[in-house]
Amino acid sequence: MNISTILDMAAEAFGERTGVVHAGTRMDYASLRVRAHAAAAAIKASGARYVVMLDVSSPAAPVAIFGAAYAGVPYVPLNYRLTKPEINELLARVTPGYVIVGDAYRALVEPRDDLQLVSRADFLALPPAGDEPPQPEEDPRAVAVQLFTSGTTGKPKAAILRHENLMSYIMGTVEFASADEADAIVVTVPPYHIAGISAVLSSTYACRRIVQLENFEPRAWLDAMRRESVSNAFLVPTMLQRIVEHLDAAGAQPDLPALRALAYGGGKMPLSTITRAMALFPGVDFTNAYGLTETSSTVAVLGPEDHRLAAASDDPMIRRRLGSVGKPAAVEIEIRDEDGRVLGAEEAGLVFVRGPQVSGEYESLGSQLDADGWFPTKDRGYLDADGYLYLDGRADDVIVRGGENISPGEIEDVLLSHPAVADCACVAMPDEQWGEAVAAAIVLKPGTQAGVSELQDMVKGALRSSRVPQKIVFKDALPYNETGKVLRRVIRQEFA
Amino acid sequence: MAKTALKPGGRFKSAVSDAQVMVVKAPAGEHELGCGGTDMLAGNAEGSGSLPADDTGEVLIGKRYVNADESLELLCTKGGKGTLVFNGTPLEIKQAKQLPSSD
Repeated sequence: MNISTILDMAAEAFGERTGVVHAGTRMDYASLRVRAHAAAAAIKASGARYVVMLDVSSPAAPVAIFGAAYAGVPYVPLNYRLTKPEINELLARVTPGYVIVGDAYRALVEPRDDLQLVSRADFLALPPAGDEPPQPEEDPRAVAVQLFTSGTTGKPKAAILRHENLMSYIMGTVEFASADEADAIVVTVPPYHIAGISAVLSSTYACRRIVQLENFEPRAWLDAMRRESVSNAFLVPTMLQRIVEHLDAAGAQPDLPALRALAYGGGKMPLSTITRAMALFPGVDFTNAYGLTETSSTVAVLGPEDHRLAAASDDPMIRRRLGSVGKPAAVEIEIRDEDGRVLGAEEAGLVFVRGPQVSGEYESLGSQLDADGWFPTKDRGYLDADGYLYLDGRADDVIVRGGENISPGEIEDVLLSHPAVADCACVAMPDEQWGEAVAAAIVLKPGTQAGVSELQDMVKGALRSSRVPQKIVFKDALPYNETGKVLRRVIRQEFA
Repeated sequence: MAKTALKPGGRFKSAVSDAQVMVVKAPAGEHELGCGGTDMLAGNAEGSGSLPADDTGEVLIGKRYVNADESLELLCTKGGKGTLVFNGTPLEIKQAKQLPSSD
């Protein structure tokens, strides 16, 4: 089992269909396979044990993903937004390496004897391999992808995804060649994000054209969507929020007649954003996908019908599903308490996932799966009686006030329902009496006002007094990383 | 028919057509795997044969083929003529789970 099979099948069935579009470049599946074979030959000749990508999205990304697979070497995309010392620390962990580096990032790399650097242009212009196509080994346990986690505490961990994990994911969630020739997906997530990798694998298996954007900006996104008559898109919540704001500010309609499906994931979607987006894109199928790097991407899906039913329902138990990440996809999910006891419906605890796509493994740390194969996601959440999963933030983000576990999410939901609150995040602050107390950073909508005591009373009325933020600060904006995750550790420092 | 061990990731091709499959899962031990009335060939093995006139089956690229208890699952990676047969019983197409595109 090797992910290169995905490209073999697409090239076999639809060789002349365009697979990747980037700026002025278009590449069909047959050409993509020729490029990937050429890459595999060069990777093998270099003697490298890792294929490293330090660049924005371009056709070099799918060529490198499949080229590494044909060569039987892990693909390691790096975050080009890291600092120079951080990047070189990671590079020292992937030697000997064959490093594809964008011109803009070349200066970040300190040369080493055990790193072979190749520019994007040279990588895409490698001479075709000989007549004998590379035969990847049949070892399903071989490592396909290694992704460094963001490392909020300590050294970044290297998550390991094996060919069997990724192939299980693709075969369990995508129907081969299910896309029509006219279909296309715009990919705006960077290549080092698991969603950037799964987009390449899923779209190639579905034989759906990928339109790559190097950076996200609402106007450029809308332009690309129109120019390529795009049918599908994946966005992180902040991107959808910015598109909605951009359209509303211009008083414009999206004007995207080809668009059929918008998938989103990678962070918490504000209820106001998804509700507004569904109104702006009335005929479009919305899908919420929840997944992690360690689970080869999506493990739960809230589908288009769920969105429509929830948005149209007066029943609060149905309506709240707009805030759910849906039902398990090709995995099992269970909720456990701190002592490992499996919890019932509506009981909040820690989310565990099990299935063949779940790797749950880090380089040198080994497998994090328990004896029965369950992976602790470190996300908190609960399932409802119908099996819909609701997330409640990261276990590490829980505020422990006098022994009571408080989820920031429930307080944020209340604060966000205030008409003046545009964004907020609740974090733990040190407290002499309680150990930890609740602190809130709040962004107000332009031209609106809300007082501290007014917001505190609102939380007290909706929840309990222990949930009331002891301290509230007002900010112009909250800190986010580039894929839309709010940086709680940065906010925590403000209250430390 | 000859018996052979089937391992996940293993590739087999038809001796009588273009059909190729990859093993997704398989029961332990040795088994008979045929296409178009002839043993399928492992990896780079060479073989020849002809498709029987009464075998009008076809293996379809991207489809998954299973036995009755789904202990065996094959993915067709290249389409071709002939019926897939496992230990004497023709394999069936596995119904795919339909999920909305999430990435």
